Amino acid sequence: MQVSVYRYDPDVDEAPQMRDMSIDLPEGKELMVLDLLERLKEQDPSLSYRRSCREGVCGSDGINMNGLNGLACITPVSQVAKRGKLALRPLPGLPVIRDLVVDMSQFFDQFEKVRPYLINDQPPPAQERLQSPEERAELDGLYECILCGCCSTACPSFWWNPDKFVGPAGLLQAYRFLADSRDTASAERLRDLEDPFSVFRCRGIMNCVNVCPKGLNPTRAIGKIRGLLVRQGT
Amino acid sequence: MTQVTSLARSGLADFLIQRLSAVVLALYTLCLLSFFLVNDGLDHRQLVEFFGSASMRAFSVLAVLSTAAHGWVGLWTVGTDYIRPHYFGARAVVLRMAYQVGCALLLFIYVWWGIRLFWMLPG
Repeated sequence: MQVSVYRYDPDVDEAPQMRDMSIDLPEGKELMVLDLLERLKEQDPSLSYRRSCREGVCGSDGINMNGLNGLACITPVSQVAKRGKLALRPLPGLPVIRDLVVDMSQFFDQFEKVRPYLINDQPPPAQERLQSPEERAELDGLYECILCGCCSTACPSFWWNPDKFVGPAGLLQAYRFLADSRDTASAERLRDLEDPFSVFRCRGIMNCVNVCPKGLNPTRAIGKIRGLLVRQGT
Repeated sequence: MTQVTSLARSGLADFLIQRLSAVVLALYTLCLLSFFLVNDGLDHRQLVEFFGSASMRAFSVLAVLSTAAHGWVGLWTVGTDYIRPHYFGARAVVLRMAYQVGCALLLFIYVWWGIRLFWMLPG
């Protein structure tokens, strides 16, 4: 199988380049893209990429496979390879540190902006802040994000304004806390999102929904934030 | 974060202006379509009568203003998406200002010409 891998070592290379490597796949055995990378690294130990849990939980190995963002550890090679060829690139839009490793500072800066933690100005109860099953169910489809960055780096609005547009991952988390019955900072959270960029740069392209490895729907969450902003502002 | 050149300096207000102006333009298009479909073989006098009526004159001016507001929000968005230092380096600010001044001028001429046109029609 022909694998074309994005290679860039800023200490050595003047510019990034795609380097072809070939690899024999075992007969009758399905490999994940991460397995393929491990085998390529045996051929060339200088190949760099992030990985950790190898089961789609840690979100470390988000990369671009034949043009589609996803987690290398849970993406079967047969699902992304086309006519025996596979191109592996770093997540688009973010600065490359080396090979498939990107600098995710902009992504996490935006995540931090939405204050992704519970804010409650009421005195804490003796034991815990309880929710009804219905209130808890409001958080389904929101809390499962693993911050792999696949969605935000597939979003053209995030490519264009990574310093101003919060991006789908951050906005999914923003809505996760807006929808939380225990949070009392909704008005401030919404005020922080009301500018022309933070939320309203979303153009509904839905690349985020298309690539999310956890099957989440940031576009729907963004729509609900807009709805809350309209209701608050009118 | 506000941008001095956005229409309302608020994402929410720009969002609402764009939707409301789209509704006005959709209604105006439907109004024109139904007029042209119902009336076959129109002559100049009938057209002047239709567009010169007080209600149609007000509706047309509203449509012109809606086009300008809708257009400005859209063009401003396109400019802030594409004309950025990432692509144009240090020249980006100057280029974007020139683009925005150009857009504003075009839209101003369009509004002035549109209002003047409907104002000049005999009532």
